[in-house]
Amino acid sequence: MTESLADLASAVPRGRILPVGPSRRRSVHVIERNALAYRRMWYVFLTGFFEPLLYLLSIGVGVGALVGRLPGPGGRLVTYEAFVAPGLLAAAAMNGSVFDTTFNFFVKYKYAGTYDAMLATPLGVGDVAHGEVGWALLRGTVYAAAFLLTMAALGLVASPWGVLAVPAAVLIGYGFAGLGLAATTWMRSFVDFDFVNLALVPLFLFSATFFPLSRYPNGVAWGVRLTPLYQGVNLERSLVLGDIRWTLLVPAVYLGALGWGGVRVASSRLARLLQP
Amino acid sequence: MCAPPLVQGRALTKRFGTYIAVDQIDFKVERGEAFGFLGPNGAGKTSTMRMIGCVSPVSGGELSVLGMDPALQGPAIRSRLGVVPQEDNLDTELTVWDNMAIYGRYFGLPRSVIRERAQELLDFVQLGDRRQDRVDPLSGGMKRRLTIARALVNQPELLLLDEPTTGLDPQARHLVWERLYQLKLQGVTLVLTTHYMDEAEQLCDRLVIMDRARIVAEGSPRELIQLHSTREVVELRFATAEERRDALPLLNGSGERVEMLPDRILVYTGDGDGTAELVARDGLRPASVLVRRSTLEDVFLILTGRTLED
Amino acid sequence: MAVAPPMLRVLEREAIVFRKLWRGSAFSSFVTPVMFLAAIGLGLGGLVERRTGHVAGVGYLAFVAPGLLAASAMQTAAGSSLWPVMAGTKWIRTYHAVVATPLSAADLYGGTVLWVGVRATAAASAFLAVAVLLGGVPSPWGILAVPAATLGALAFAAPLAAYAATQDTDLTFPVIMRLGIVPLFLFSGTFFPISQLPSWLRPVSVASPLWHAIELCRQATTGTPRWAAATGHTAVLIACVAAGWRWGTRTFARRLTP
Repeated sequence: MTESLADLASAVPRGRILPVGPSRRRSVHVIERNALAYRRMWYVFLTGFFEPLLYLLSIGVGVGALVGRLPGPGGRLVTYEAFVAPGLLAAAAMNGSVFDTTFNFFVKYKYAGTYDAMLATPLGVGDVAHGEVGWALLRGTVYAAAFLLTMAALGLVASPWGVLAVPAAVLIGYGFAGLGLAATTWMRSFVDFDFVNLALVPLFLFSATFFPLSRYPNGVAWGVRLTPLYQGVNLERSLVLGDIRWTLLVPAVYLGALGWGGVRVASSRLARLLQP
Repeated sequence: MCAPPLVQGRALTKRFGTYIAVDQIDFKVERGEAFGFLGPNGAGKTSTMRMIGCVSPVSGGELSVLGMDPALQGPAIRSRLGVVPQEDNLDTELTVWDNMAIYGRYFGLPRSVIRERAQELLDFVQLGDRRQDRVDPLSGGMKRRLTIARALVNQPELLLLDEPTTGLDPQARHLVWERLYQLKLQGVTLVLTTHYMDEAEQLCDRLVIMDRARIVAEGSPRELIQLHSTREVVELRFATAEERRDALPLLNGSGERVEMLPDRILVYTGDGDGTAELVARDGLRPASVLVRRSTLEDVFLILTGRTLED
Repeated sequence: MAVAPPMLRVLEREAIVFRKLWRGSAFSSFVTPVMFLAAIGLGLGGLVERRTGHVAGVGYLAFVAPGLLAASAMQTAAGSSLWPVMAGTKWIRTYHAVVATPLSAADLYGGTVLWVGVRATAAASAFLAVAVLLGGVPSPWGILAVPAATLGALAFAAPLAAYAATQDTDLTFPVIMRLGIVPLFLFSGTFFPISQLPSWLRPVSVASPLWHAIELCRQATTGTPRWAAATGHTAVLIACVAAGWRWGTRTFARRLTP
């Protein structure tokens, strides 16, 4: 994923400083920096795992007792916990990744001067973008793996294909990281982050995370299908509940393209913003 | 000198849209010297530094740094530069030590090398006992010294310093100057910008004076003063603005040149004491008279008609 | 706890600042809970009603509406008494400018907490109106849920603002949100009756001010007042406010006028 921009360099017009493509070796140092910063805030890192788990216990187990069984992917009846758990996994992948690439990124980019310091070294703008995305994905992988293990312990992973739920979560994280990073390059101040919430909360609540698409009128359901989180939820749920079809490649490609395009846009905009 | 210059600009230009920040400047920095860009805020010094640091593309003319083209070999050049920016951009989420360590990693240095150098450099800037401290509570002078130490972690051939002592108290400034002087003795080439004439006089072997995007003069501090100013200056202050205005015609001819500033009158002369006596004989009653040697500030005033500080 | 006039001047300052920031605040304290009401109350609620019919004697939407009302008042209170106090004492240091005037640290604390109360009242009223429109408030007594939610908000704002003034960094704040506020939001009878919790966990929920606030709101919106219990819930919440207030006037004074 990190080398996807490597051949972008040749396309860069004269008068811009991006002649050397991002290198995987250099972007790793950006990840190292974040790991170093979190070493003193390990508890912040740790608590990131709890939120999806608490939702699983409250809405999944608590409200689930009032809901009973419902049809999962492929039409088989599943318990409500089993239905909601992969949805929460997908939503957590989105939330973590968006937080890292919008809020955390903005502080470093706008106020802390972190990237100005990095760009005075051999690191380039592409390395910064790839490094930050790489960090968001690394963190997301840890959370996703921990959550999947918890789901397995609660008996909520019905199929061995469920192992793929972790890479799927990374793919969801990648899609939203690209989106988040690109969007942040247009933000002027913290007030603009209201728009991030304005997008995240409805995605979290209405992307078939908590109830199936059949609860919507037909037209609305089609709109929901187009959202990236719905695609992610659909992918996770099918993998965990073992409904494997070729069509699962659609959400995978969709999310991958979103991430790739987002990082590309972000890199080129950052070159202009950080190196005027 | 037959070795190629470390940095060379020819008709170097920087435009932001229609605004021209640097207008066709020519300069050369030789290996081992301390070279300064002196000028008021907005003269184009920082824009020039950012182009040399390969973080801002050249809009026109030519620039070579360490014999390479910044547009094509940015990372290769930057790996041999040290940069001390105008605003400290230390990583406030990290400790003093971790700031050094991660910066070394950005240059791809092995951890064992970084460990050795970081301790040495922290000792050099007198922060050896603060390695586990967070960065935020450090004083302005300490932060600046840490930024300098950080910029040295890759043993750069060329150290770029943008306004290295702006915002520091006098004691902290002198400490920074002293450390930079030590670096110069060790053979590090320094390029700095400043709007303090005393800083330029203290540190620079050679400098260019910039004003409104152009270079207006070039030379060593002594050459510039000799060439453009008189040996001495008499500063006259008056109790009121009216007295100052009335005194101006009477002072004509008392020196080689007379400049009126918002708070005082300067008379440029070869013989300060003689001129001061002459003033008293003419019946003028200034509130204070000060005779001093010419400085770079005077050079700037004579060349541009304005002072450095405003 | 009578409101002294100086305290109102603090309130006025907060209101002026708020005019610039209302959008984000309206979002977190009104739009978000309304979305939860629609998703959980209507979307998921439909599935609940299809199977179990009623929860605690009412439809699921009517069950969850008062829960979300009180819970979002709590979240508003927490968010606007932790970071803004840190900003006032440490980041922007506006509080230091305020105590250089005739206003005292105690006035500042009181004004800050009351301002949270004012906003909680406004947000609760707006949310209640939407809940009525969606059919989630069966009883006209529901109007009393607004003061109940406000009291609940104050029960969190008073101690949290007091705590925030003792801190030098905001490092613990996300931990409080994630390990304190979020679990309370999810397990204090907001989405399902606490009788469903394992027996060892139930006393924890009962000890949380949020459960008391939710019970008060729920009795009001569903029109099933149980006066003795309601008095008890109110007393617990007032005790939280009073204890927080005592603490806060001290921590603010210690921080600002040492």
